[in-house]
Amino acid sequence: MHDGGKIMGGLAVFFALLLFPVWNNLAQGKADYRPNPQILPKGNCVESREYMLSSHMDLLNTWRDQVVRQDKRIYVSTLDGKEHLMSLSKTCLGCHTNKAEFCDQCHTYMNVAPYCWDCHVDPQANK
Amino acid sequence: MSFNRRDFLKLTGLGAVSAVAARAAAAFPFFGGAPGAVKAETNAKTAKRWAMVVDLTKCKENCTDCIDACHTTHNVPDFGDDKRHEVKWIWKEPYKQSFPDQENEFLKDDLSERRVLVFCNHCQNPPCTRVCPTRATWKRPEDGIVMMDWHRCIGCRYCMAACPYGSRSFNWLDPRPHIKTITPDYPTRTRGVVEKCNFCDSRLAQGQMPACVEACKDRALIFGDLEAPDSPVRQILRERFSIRRKPELGTQPQVYYVV
Ligand code: SF4
Ligand code: SF4
Ligand code: SF4
Repeated sequence: MHDGGKIMGGLAVFFALLLFPVWNNLAQGKADYRPNPQILPKGNCVESREYMLSSHMDLLNTWRDQVVRQDKRIYVSTLDGKEHLMSLSKTCLGCHTNKAEFCDQCHTYMNVAPYCWDCHVDPQANK
Repeated sequence: MSFNRRDFLKLTGLGAVSAVAARAAAAFPFFGGAPGAVKAETNAKTAKRWAMVVDLTKCKENCTDCIDACHTTHNVPDFGDDKRHEVKWIWKEPYKQSFPDQENEFLKDDLSERRVLVFCNHCQNPPCTRVCPTRATWKRPEDGIVMMDWHRCIGCRYCMAACPYGSRSFNWLDPRPHIKTITPDYPTRTRGVVEKCNFCDSRLAQGQMPACVEACKDRALIFGDLEAPDSPVRQILRERFSIRRKPELGTQPQVYYVV
């Protein structure tokens, strides 16, 4: 009935192992790693920076359905009324030319794997 | 704590209300979508009913210009002699296979011996779209094009079983390694989806004629609007005798053959 010390010691070892990735990263100074997508400075995106950060996937879903299913290909921005072709490889990659330095930065960090590129072509990867 | 009649009714009522709410959300297509407005391109080519006429008196037996143009434009993979994995949008088929209902035992030599250009007929009454469980393939009400949405196709191949013309191909393998030069403007497909001729819907949207029509130097392919009396397709159908593939099935093909 006096195993408190053993239990606490065991728990300490258990948590030390469990949290290995955390303290290992801390020790190596990688704990504050942040993805750094390369946004090439070419003026505004099709919507505000905040909207694109949080909701670009919703925008792309709308673009996909409108182009394929409704045959509408022009998007009118609420930012400045400018018209954009709803095209992943032409419009998006037209500015963000480097998919690896742009899309993949956050997607890899967040461990999300959108399958856009299984079909849509990254012109750079394909030279 | 007991679960009485009252609680049961409350709970089922709540269920019914949320089902209605879910339907309402689904009926509102831009829910959670992009904030901006969308519209069609201004220079798009439009029609009430697109159709193609293949003039077999002009089409050259050994020419493949239209096939090459289509397959390059649309990143159609080439599996060479591997017929089991073959993917094709437009190809040549012996006359007797193309028109099995033309039962005459003896025909003009230049017909019976030749191969005929075939592709999706964009049927007026397409059996393929009726069986698709996901509406990945559907007939556009505006212009009659039988479309494919590769984002939605689950690869069940019901449509392939339903199409009486073999117009559809299935991607058994990843097509990318089998595309000689990838056209970056057009997507490829993945393993597990069905593909076919789409009457060049994205070229039409940009004001261009179909790639096969543009590629044919002998002008054997005539594309236009069947609902417009002065369109080139209506003109040639007025002047020349034409047939369609398996008309007895009632699919109403929108591809006509001048023989
Ligand atoms: S030819 Fe086949 S795939 Fe094309 S519309 Fe007719 S049934 Fe569908
Ligand atoms: S294979 Fe794709 S397009 Fe054909 S019926 Fe199935 S889901 Fe629809
Ligand atoms: S209309 Fe377009 S998709 Fe259809 S066969 Fe011709 S080039 Fe190919």
